[in-house]
Amino acid sequence: MKIIGLIIALVTGVLLIGATGDFPDWADPASPASTHLSPHFIEKTMEETSVPNIVTAVLADYRGYDTMYETAVIFTAGLACFILLRIFVREEPGDRLYRHLLTGVTVRVKEGMELPPSEDFERIDATWTPPDLIIKTVCRFLIPFIQLFALYVIAHGHHSPGGGFQGGVILGASIILLAISQDLRTSVRRLREKLDAVLCAVGVIIYAGTGALCLLLGLNFLDYSALASVLHCDPVTARSHGILIVEIGVGIAVMCTMIWIYNNVSSTGKYDEGL
Amino acid sequence: MSQQYPALLVIVPLISALVISAAGWINKRLCFPIAVAALGVAAYSSIGLLLRVLDEGAIVYRLGGWDPPMGIAYYVDHLNGLVLAVVSVVAFLNLIASKKSIELELGDKTAPFYALYVLQVTGLLGIVATGDAFNLYVLLEITALSGYAMLAMGKDRAQLSTLNYLYMGTIGACFYLLGVGYLYIVTGSLNMVDIANILPSLYESNAVLGAFIICLVGVWVKMAFFPLHAWLPNAYTHGPSAASSLIAPLVTKVMIYVMIRLILTVFTPEFAFNILAISKPIVWLACIAIFMGAILALAERNLKKMLTYIIVAEVGYMVGGAWLGNRAGMTGAILHIVNDALMTLCAFLVVSNIAYKLKGYAFDDLKGLVRKMPFTMGAFVVAALSIIGVPPTCGFFSKWYLISGAIQAGQYAFMVALLFSSLVNVVLFFRVIEICYYEPFSDGHGHDQHAEPMAEAPLTMLVPLFIVAAGLVLVGIYTGDIVNKIIEFAIPQGIV
Amino acid sequence: MGDLIQIVVAKYNYWIYITLMMIGLYAMIVKNNLVKKIVGMNIFQTAIILFYVSTGAKRGATIPILEHGHGDHGAGAHMVHAVDYINPLPHVLMLTAIVVSVATLGVALALAIRVYSRYNTLEEDEILAQIREK
Repeated sequence: MKIIGLIIALVTGVLLIGATGDFPDWADPASPASTHLSPHFIEKTMEETSVPNIVTAVLADYRGYDTMYETAVIFTAGLACFILLRIFVREEPGDRLYRHLLTGVTVRVKEGMELPPSEDFERIDATWTPPDLIIKTVCRFLIPFIQLFALYVIAHGHHSPGGGFQGGVILGASIILLAISQDLRTSVRRLREKLDAVLCAVGVIIYAGTGALCLLLGLNFLDYSALASVLHCDPVTARSHGILIVEIGVGIAVMCTMIWIYNNVSSTGKYDEGL
Repeated sequence: MSQQYPALLVIVPLISALVISAAGWINKRLCFPIAVAALGVAAYSSIGLLLRVLDEGAIVYRLGGWDPPMGIAYYVDHLNGLVLAVVSVVAFLNLIASKKSIELELGDKTAPFYALYVLQVTGLLGIVATGDAFNLYVLLEITALSGYAMLAMGKDRAQLSTLNYLYMGTIGACFYLLGVGYLYIVTGSLNMVDIANILPSLYESNAVLGAFIICLVGVWVKMAFFPLHAWLPNAYTHGPSAASSLIAPLVTKVMIYVMIRLILTVFTPEFAFNILAISKPIVWLACIAIFMGAILALAERNLKKMLTYIIVAEVGYMVGGAWLGNRAGMTGAILHIVNDALMTLCAFLVVSNIAYKLKGYAFDDLKGLVRKMPFTMGAFVVAALSIIGVPPTCGFFSKWYLISGAIQAGQYAFMVALLFSSLVNVVLFFRVIEICYYEPFSDGHGHDQHAEPMAEAPLTMLVPLFIVAAGLVLVGIYTGDIVNKIIEFAIPQGIV
Repeated sequence: MGDLIQIVVAKYNYWIYITLMMIGLYAMIVKNNLVKKIVGMNIFQTAIILFYVSTGAKRGATIPILEHGHGDHGAGAHMVHAVDYINPLPHVLMLTAIVVSVATLGVALALAIRVYSRYNTLEEDEILAQIREK
């Protein structure tokens, strides 16, 4: 098997390298890739979409259709992890363990009964380990600032490197940090599974819905200049606002999918302690 | 609204899949009606689009309002229109037929399964309709990911088989992406028609040759062309019935469409057939694919796995037909896309019915099945006749075109392979039919052959099966119309 | 010889990334452990991403964000020269490819978890042996 793999890799490698013989040199300004389409993008972005970040303009406007499917891909991955791993475990009527937060005393409640939800007790499992105090406290302080930075990244996608995907991942990372530094039940209590799953779909619906709105207003799908009549501005600014709306949709979808995938994979679907 | 058919075709299923996923958390009973409505709208739009293309010629739909090659454009001509209609109708019929089977096999996860189903159909329709090479890659990945998730919901070996499918599928998609990258580097464009305009001056360069071969190998991996077929039998056999009967008829055929599109539109036939001298080796490889598919099918004692090996052989027909290099061969390949989708759907719906009522589909479980499920076995006989190639079912006509193309091109080995495969199919199917019709129904302790109670599959599973079986005969009868009005115009004039 | 060095210096980026791709491909084919195959898949996809991004470079150009900010469209806009900014299109395409590779990684890991929970091992030969025994 090793020999076959080595031969396949070598043959493919030689084929690929041989085909690069006619490629333009590295960083050549006169290469076909740099002279055919990209001058139009670089020179006309400002006057056609009024967005200085050319990458965001191309991503969300010129090739916005690809980006919509990209968001659908990440949604499909979240849905796939959910359908593969999630086990809706019926609670066996065994003993439950609760821990009093102030004193650290563990209370065992006998079969079938449970404590009413309250601020002083948290539910734990038999494999529970106490979270480290320093990590727990530092993360609790950092998480709001991380989220603020993520919102900045989404909103400033027009002017600096950033955009929906990047900001969404940072937002997702903030909630996953909560799950890592404390435990999974805490983060699920903050952002419930049902809300997370529905928001995931809602994010992509915002993107596709904006495109469909443009369709209903008479122009082609994802032609944001149709939004000029809804937003009361000129078509170029409408494109800029349309880009912002879809970036927000992308950010919501990516955040919720990252959290959904983490929850499912780290607890192998049972939504108990997590890692 | 008819101007917007190309967009509606993909957008309505996409938004519906998202709504199904969200609605599944609120009320599970909403999911099936939304899915049926979405696929119904897609089927209606695709048929309307095909009729528009027959009137007006090729349609270009600019997404985002940007002209290609700045933006992404849909490019729908006769070839696309036909395959779009076939894909959407097959997916719609399969959804209706699979409702009971999904509820049986998937338990509490029917809502996400419906969402993945509709996402898969969105991906397939998008692959066929698009005119942009990179957009095709993204849609390929949506199709692949939803396919992996659906196929992995089967029992015992399903997850391992799907993981192997994932590895091979990712290699295939990445090779395709690499090929598109090579094309982009030497032409600077991603739009298929634009690339085709720029390429002729570059035909002599190594980069274009490398791009073509890498794209071709990538597409071959995804369509399970021998020897890259090892993932297909396990992945399709162990998946749930509804997933297999969606993915088996459609995904490999859409990949064949991608290959034909690459040959005909992006790298024009002059490059693919005349400048590159690889037609003959590829047709030989197709012959080997057909032989191996037939022989491996003979060795199987499991009905579903036998059908998957037949799919491997059918892929060999289509690849060989496309690479024969003449009009008859290409017509046969395109016609076979339509026919094979219908035949495979019919066969897999039969297996789905059997799986719904019995515990398995190994040959030993099928004894005397005709007494228990006469209607299903009737449809199975029609599918068998079509796969063998008996007139007036459609399978005969596509084989006819392929054989006449082989004779015209002088590739007698291909003709021999086709005839051999038909003979082996006769053996395969008559073996199954003999077990079903003539063996006594085994229920463990029965010696007497009193009439067993008929326990046929429910009506929602039977009616689509009949429609498809009738379709096999109807498409066969109307082959002349299909070829003269649609496929004639799909193939460029340059090919004789 | 000088010719060969000329070619290598001009095109070494392509060669390095193709080598990385082949390392990933070799790992996917040869390794026995399912997670190592997933790692090889990731290396393969990342090398393709690097390959694309390297084609967008331009000597002496800066990142594709226009410098004079927002309020300038219409008359009075500065003249923008394409040679001053690198090609944005490969970056856009590779944003999509990165997302696709993350999605595939997620699904592959979920499948590997299911395989592990059923067979209790991640080595492919042990799993095949277990299947053959049944």
